[in-house]
Amino acid sequence: MNSLEERPAHRHPGNLWQGLDTLQLLLVALAGLVVLVAVTRMTTASPADPEAAVVFGVLVALGELFRMVMPGNREVAPIATAGALGYALLDTVGGVPAHQSPLQVVAVVAIGMFAGSLPHFAVGGAPRLDEMARRLLIIALVALCFRPVADSGLGWGPVLVLMGCAVVASCFLDVTVAAVIRSGAVRARFGIVLRDEIGAKLPLCAATGATAMLIAVATSVMGLAALLIFTAPILVTQFAFRRYAGIRATYLQTVRALSRVTEVGGYVETGHSRRVSGLSVAMGRELGMSEEELLELEYAALMHDIGQLSLGDPIPGGATVLASPREQRRIAELGAEVIKQTGVLDRVAYIVERQCDPYRSADQPAPPLASRIIKAANAYDDLVGDSTDRDRGAAVLERLRLDSAAEYDPTVVEALGRAVDRHPVRF
Amino acid sequence: MRGGLRGGLRGGLPLAAWAYVGGVVAVATALIVTGSFASLDWRALAVLAVLFLVCDSAPALLNVERARVTLSFSASLASVVLLGPLGAALIGACAVVTGQRILAPVKRLFNGAQFALSGYAAGMVFECFGGDRVRPGHSDWVEQSIGPFVGALVTFVVVNLLLITGVLLLSRQATWREMLREGAQLAPGFLGYGMFGLLIAGLWPAVNGFAAVLVLLPLFVARWAFEQTRAQQQAHGATLAALCQAVETKDYYTRGHSERVSRGSVMIAQEIGMRSDRVEAIRYAGMLHDVGKLGVPTKVLQKSGPLTEEELAAIQLHPMRGLEIVREIGFLDEALAGIMHHHERMSGRGYPMGLAGEEIPEFARVISVADAFDAMTSDRSYRGARSIEEAVAELRRCAGEDFDPMMVEAFVRALDSVGWDPPKPVTLPEDDVVETTQQDHDDPTVPLRVAGEVGRA
Repeated sequence: MNSLEERPAHRHPGNLWQGLDTLQLLLVALAGLVVLVAVTRMTTASPADPEAAVVFGVLVALGELFRMVMPGNREVAPIATAGALGYALLDTVGGVPAHQSPLQVVAVVAIGMFAGSLPHFAVGGAPRLDEMARRLLIIALVALCFRPVADSGLGWGPVLVLMGCAVVASCFLDVTVAAVIRSGAVRARFGIVLRDEIGAKLPLCAATGATAMLIAVATSVMGLAALLIFTAPILVTQFAFRRYAGIRATYLQTVRALSRVTEVGGYVETGHSRRVSGLSVAMGRELGMSEEELLELEYAALMHDIGQLSLGDPIPGGATVLASPREQRRIAELGAEVIKQTGVLDRVAYIVERQCDPYRSADQPAPPLASRIIKAANAYDDLVGDSTDRDRGAAVLERLRLDSAAEYDPTVVEALGRAVDRHPVRF
Repeated sequence: MRGGLRGGLRGGLPLAAWAYVGGVVAVATALIVTGSFASLDWRALAVLAVLFLVCDSAPALLNVERARVTLSFSASLASVVLLGPLGAALIGACAVVTGQRILAPVKRLFNGAQFALSGYAAGMVFECFGGDRVRPGHSDWVEQSIGPFVGALVTFVVVNLLLITGVLLLSRQATWREMLREGAQLAPGFLGYGMFGLLIAGLWPAVNGFAAVLVLLPLFVARWAFEQTRAQQQAHGATLAALCQAVETKDYYTRGHSERVSRGSVMIAQEIGMRSDRVEAIRYAGMLHDVGKLGVPTKVLQKSGPLTEEELAAIQLHPMRGLEIVREIGFLDEALAGIMHHHERMSGRGYPMGLAGEEIPEFARVISVADAFDAMTSDRSYRGARSIEEAVAELRRCAGEDFDPMMVEAFVRALDSVGWDPPKPVTLPEDDVVETTQQDHDDPTVPLRVAGEVGRA
């Protein structure tokens, strides 16, 4: 969990359960149970309108096949979700009333999701059971609530309103459950995680919900052939978001890779920038930073030593904590200068600029939280290095505590202690 | 084009263009005025007109220099199906009052008229193919109306492009070749967005204007994502450039080298007709090609006089160090190969692998030409910059032996058409003794020398 956008997409199939906490296990178990009941029921009772079931199942499978990972390591499958919601909301097929029970909806969607995941399995990518379970359970809930409405024979007006309510409710349920799980996994405060989750998912949720209603209405009016062309808008959306996720990932990779130039140039120890950034992000989470702030913190931490490039000769051993305060300030200013050149990372530049300022100072305001975090993380890493000796780590923490109040922010040092405790294996 | 002549129709028009615009407006007005309004669905017309104006005022999904594609295109095509030729013409005429930006009255008038004509023509084709006999909202509607609809859509796009081409040609603001290229770029977008019109029309009988909301919402979200993507791409490019610049700040003589090699590589790539995504990749590869030089100890670069074997090896290792740094970036593999092999020579005497001729990756052959050219046309501590002509002559002399002749010729052609800004002469700060680089591994005219040997690199 030392980075925002690490992709554990290639967990091996053998480790399917690894990394799931109790909450996630509970969710998966619940989904499994629902699927079991639904599929058993399907095999005993003959399904209503098998043709529609097959077509929607195929749509869900295709959507799962093209699922993607959004920034913040969120797995989404917009096409599958829209198709599944559409099936749950469907009230007639080309004028003929549809009578699929909620259990049938669950069974069709589950089979589709499973079929769509098979190719991922084949190439060695394990599915993320908790994400799939969440998507499935939400569909199940929508089906349970909406199927009676669909069978009641109301006019388009009220049905559309109820559909809208169901779709909006499913969106909010989705982000809430995701936030609960995430706040457990990264140990961040629920409110902050929920806000991040809404910010990250709302546009996609809106698009998915609108398409679900579109599919339901179109199929009701024009039959199953409509499904072919009415998924076109969500295809465009998916394409757009895939590109967005791609460039976000590339950007982070670029900054990470180029932060290593200081190592190659012999200015800092190997792995220093990355360890500092990992530690900083963990501390930022402890201190309740939002995702956007964490990303800026990560960029700043990765590039905090970039100013050293402008120095003629590397500082011996590269440890800035041992350099004179004037030299430290000079490196910070040079680094900020470099980052300002980008024209887009002004806040990151400011964080880097203030990274070595003392917490309490008579003549200037306290540096931003991110700078205080980097200052502590940098000092810790300079003194501990890539050593895994716990005693040494504890001794360094003690030294930083003694310096805190004037040099380091005491709450930040405490967060550092907790972050180090939690990840005994070095970043 | 569609959605309006953005920058087009500057200032005074030639007489022929005025006549053309007048003719188009007159035909459109005549068609609308003589039409029979009896069977028109005024409510649908009003809703679609509002939709058209809203979409047309929103930022575009696709921007080309002279044209923009907005979602109002979907509204136009929906009106073809729902309202017939006359209704479509009326919707098109709404472009006269579009709120997108302050357009000159003549442009507004022309846009409105040409949309009206496009809509009318598309409506006629739709009727000819029998599209109007199947009312939307029936179960087999999709199968029956898709053929006529595609016919109408193609007609709309073709008439639209032809009318615009006419005015731009007559006012001498574009050539046939430019118009063909832009048309080819825009056509897929037009056709794609037009298809959404069919979706809106198909749902209209059931849910009226709400159909448009359902269809267009995902598309507006997509537009938002495209915008974000573009912002991130720009940020990414800027960050990359800034970091590369940071790497070379230490050396007064090679400042800006990465940036210029990147520019030169892109010039060659475009000249030999590379695909646009590969051009993008080579832009980054050119920028990052020397990032591994940071791993070369400064004292080696600043040493004047022959190098020892070890020092030469340190310099020759830099492409590999560079690769080590950038390997993790989710690049095209090709860009990595370009960075790693940019010092290979056609004769096989380069480094690090000693590849020869076609074995050398295309990217590397491109970058090496731009790299050597910039080294020659820049000031060095041991010599002044050479002129562009001298450098070109040197590139030609080494073509075949060191450089790929095809790349050299492509670069020369690009230099002729685009030109080149050589770096400004270097002025060293006067205050102290500046340590400067004495060794330039990129300069083909001054090979690196090893103690005890002559002329080896």
